[in-house]
Amino acid sequence: MMKRETIVAPATALSESGIGIIRLSGDDAVPITGKCFSKIKDMKTHTIRYGFIMDGEEAIDEVMVSLMKSPNSYTREDVVEINCHGSIMIMNRIMNLMIKNGARLAEPGEFTKKAFLNGRIDLAEAEAVMDIIRSKSEFALRTSLNQLTGKVSDVIRLLREDIIYQVAYIESALDDPEHRSLEGYQDILQEKVTDILRRMNLLIKTSENGKILKEGIYTVIVGKPNVGKSSLLNLLVGDDRAIVTDIAGTTRDILEESVKVNGVMLNIIDTAGIRATEDTIEKIGVEKAMKYALQADLIVYVIDSSVELDENDRKIRELINGRKAIVLLNKADLDTKVDEDDIQMFLESGDKNYPHVDNSVDRPAIIRTSAKENSGFDQFSQTIWDMFIDDGINREDIFITNLRHQEALRNAYDSMLLVNQSLEAKMPEDFYTIDMMSAYEYLGMITGDQIGEDLINEIFSKFCTGK
Amino acid sequence: MIEKVDVCVIGAGHAGCEAGLACARMGMKTIIFTVNVDSIALMPCNPNIGGTSKGHLVREVDALGGEMGKNIDKTFIQSKMLNISKGPAVHSLRAQADKADYSRTMRTVLENQDNLIIKQAEVVALIVEDNPEAPESYKKIVGLKTHTGITYECKAIILCSGTYLNARCLCGETITYTGPNGLKAAEHLSDSLKSLGIRLRRFKTGTPARVDKRSLNFSKMTEQFGDEKIVPFSFSTKAEDVQKEQISCFLTYTNAKTHEIIKKNLDRSPLYAGIIEGVGTRYCPSIEDKVVKFADKERHQVFLEPEGCYTNEMYVSGMSSSLPEDVQIAMYQSVPGMEACRIVRNAYAIEYDCIDPSQLYHTLRFKNIEGLYSAGQLNGSSGYEEAAAQGIIAGINAALYIKEEEEMIIDRSEAYIGVLIDDLVTKETSEPYRMMTSRAEYRLLLRQDNADLRIREKGYRAGLISDYQHDQLVMKRLSIESEIARLKHTKLGASGYVQEFLTEHNSSLLKTASSLAELLCRPEMTYFILGPLDQERPSLSDDITQQVEIEIKYEGYIERQKRQVKQFQKLEKRMIPVDIDYDDVPSIRIEARQKLKVYRPVSLGQASRISGVSPADISVLLVYISQKNLPQNM
Repeated sequence: MMKRETIVAPATALSESGIGIIRLSGDDAVPITGKCFSKIKDMKTHTIRYGFIMDGEEAIDEVMVSLMKSPNSYTREDVVEINCHGSIMIMNRIMNLMIKNGARLAEPGEFTKKAFLNGRIDLAEAEAVMDIIRSKSEFALRTSLNQLTGKVSDVIRLLREDIIYQVAYIESALDDPEHRSLEGYQDILQEKVTDILRRMNLLIKTSENGKILKEGIYTVIVGKPNVGKSSLLNLLVGDDRAIVTDIAGTTRDILEESVKVNGVMLNIIDTAGIRATEDTIEKIGVEKAMKYALQADLIVYVIDSSVELDENDRKIRELINGRKAIVLLNKADLDTKVDEDDIQMFLESGDKNYPHVDNSVDRPAIIRTSAKENSGFDQFSQTIWDMFIDDGINREDIFITNLRHQEALRNAYDSMLLVNQSLEAKMPEDFYTIDMMSAYEYLGMITGDQIGEDLINEIFSKFCTGK
Repeated sequence: MIEKVDVCVIGAGHAGCEAGLACARMGMKTIIFTVNVDSIALMPCNPNIGGTSKGHLVREVDALGGEMGKNIDKTFIQSKMLNISKGPAVHSLRAQADKADYSRTMRTVLENQDNLIIKQAEVVALIVEDNPEAPESYKKIVGLKTHTGITYECKAIILCSGTYLNARCLCGETITYTGPNGLKAAEHLSDSLKSLGIRLRRFKTGTPARVDKRSLNFSKMTEQFGDEKIVPFSFSTKAEDVQKEQISCFLTYTNAKTHEIIKKNLDRSPLYAGIIEGVGTRYCPSIEDKVVKFADKERHQVFLEPEGCYTNEMYVSGMSSSLPEDVQIAMYQSVPGMEACRIVRNAYAIEYDCIDPSQLYHTLRFKNIEGLYSAGQLNGSSGYEEAAAQGIIAGINAALYIKEEEEMIIDRSEAYIGVLIDDLVTKETSEPYRMMTSRAEYRLLLRQDNADLRIREKGYRAGLISDYQHDQLVMKRLSIESEIARLKHTKLGASGYVQEFLTEHNSSLLKTASSLAELLCRPEMTYFILGPLDQERPSLSDDITQQVEIEIKYEGYIERQKRQVKQFQKLEKRMIPVDIDYDDVPSIRIEARQKLKVYRPVSLGQASRISGVSPADISVLLVYISQKNLPQNM
């Protein structure tokens, strides 16, 4: 059998840092490393050894070398990792040495490509590796990990099995009408198709929610000056980023922070308080606040419960009308001048559409909080989850976040919708299998069970070097 | 003594007839060998041609310029279009044949074919020479030898020896070493094939008893009539020429008593007693198999079908068996209407040598032997129609090979023939292969009604379709296209007459102007019904309006299926280099590597259909081939 080429690349960023790791994979990983680190020849698999990388007589660096022998390694080939000092110069010298000794500089993603080609991971898992490297939030990481451990593939394969079972049933009945009858089958199939559509729809929803969870919810905090917007932000962010004083109008610019609330990322824009103002700088801030609020996914409207509602609140009321919003009744620790009922009435009276007929936009949730006492925030985070994450989706669920997967899933869903149409039109059974097979093939593209031409090269070209 | 011809066809069954005729019609001097001239185009099993998916094959053979369709049109005694309650993709034509007439008529065609010689002789050995261009791995056909010691020089041989190689028939404990119907078995050819390095297998098939019509009580059975309006098989046969009086079949059922008799005597069945070594087909099972496999079924259908006009023999369809004669009598006599039946010929099972078809290319040529082709039951298929389909392809390709012209391959998206051959040469078939609708992925495109539109062009290029026939095909295509366009562009307003007409036919009223094509899409509408609304309708033949109706009514489905074909063709077009060394491809799993070495697939598409080759293996191959095609810069 052909020797599997040995490739080398830095596995950590090529920059000044404490440690740099250089990774090799291939049939000659050990002998190539052995030319400058002789100890490797008597190393056992999955052990690490201390020593020096030698260029002839010259010691290049003091290193730790670990060895993972085939097949129990990332690529299923012999993998060597050299932990050296994180100096660009040193890492480059070691890399050059390895190339001189017979290794080849790896292409982007080639380590993962090897893992895929050697059958250790499937396509969805390979893509997950890329997503993990790029993941920005904990949620994104967790979904990628789910994908990597094959959970997405499992769910997709189950759907495929269900589809192919029905196809097989129809086909066997077409071939052997004497022993397999299709009488009454349309009802059974209708039930199955509805179930498959429901499950696909849930996955598609997770892909929409997955986007929100992966990229975060654009949130704008609005409210009159000095109602405690910045304190709230500080509480969420955990440091005194926004300046908090008792003087109205302290926050003159727009502050943006990414905060994780209950696993969901909020990209929060804190705004200057909204009030009629003559101060020009502040005025710009207010205008900006209004503008941001219009583009936000979520508006958090903070009200000081110890202060009466006024003209400025009416302005804000217009702003949040018909939008996804949460009203925080802040300073609940102080004397209450405004309570939930007051706000409820206040919001409804400003709503031109009142009384509501259209329930497509939920009424804003009203939550009593105290930044000082740190109360009401559990309810706040639960409300956000309820507002943005669809019913029936749990935090532990599989989320389809990869774009290619989403597209394939939508196509599969559309094909199943066509099956549904055929059922409604009472088409003869042999027509159903056409679209069922399309759905089956689209789903297979997610797991790699269906081979799309050039798909593989396309996927791996997106990787970064060293993985 | 030495005689010189271009092509030798061994066997004159359904494969051999098509192969021989194709070669002769393509200008090859052809000789066809048979162990008995009286058994040309013999139907040793069921007395019908066509049926689910097999009817498609007959139409396709006809579209290419074959003889089977024409021959059954001349000799049928009953005809029926099956599955008409289902979609057009699964409509299938089946005709009962007068067996003797079928055989005799085909023999006449062969006897009168220019360039074709019929010879009664047993072929005992093939003669090959080493190919000077690749002496180690390739051989080349130069001739053959008969049992009387005569040598024939030829450039190509087509093996169509059916179930005759080392055949033996089993009826209970009684074993006779003959081919079907007591005909002489071929005892030497197997050894000759083995000596050429060809791998053989042993398969089994069976046939039910023939009973005397006078001993049956039809009043206890249901009469099965043919269609009122008979559709011919051949695209060249005029519909008016086949309208004739038909002979009925009769339907009855097995019962608990039948099943009891079979179960009690299973130990005397050579199949269950382990005497039969060959593997039988799951899809054409013996009654023993059915009783064992469908144990919960209380009864199975039994059709009594006449074997011809001038015989009292009737074929007991659905009850093939290899049980001993006494059990057969008891078993058949337990069926309502058959209480007093007399068996004329016993049911029996037959075992025979056949080749492992993975040794063939899609042209049906052996990969290692230039000039050697193989078709029909010898390739591990079952059925007359499957045999004929392979026969014509092997014949065409043998002739093209001698003419040094580009070979003809039909793929899975073009015809059932393509599916049949691709399955045979690609998929591991451990039992006789029977054509089935489910085997074709692109069924809706591969209808029996459009076989001519699909592949007649190929037959024309091969030289089996005349210029006149081709002109007619072109005209037909044009008429269909222009009629579809006309229906799409002819709009109807919501006039009183139109609305009234729609109400009359339980169809919803028009809200805005609508095209005739749109109206035709309504499930309750047909081209015929719409007639009164269609003032400008040209006078078109049924086969044209049928295409128009199907193309319009199922347009969405047809379009989607065409997209699937495009997807399929992408991998089919990714050719695997002939000289690929699978040992050089890293990371293919061992099982896949072994299979790929045996099958040597021509494309990634074919490779992906080999069992034991996983999508991951294909991905590896894809990457390997792409990298091979790139300059080595890495």
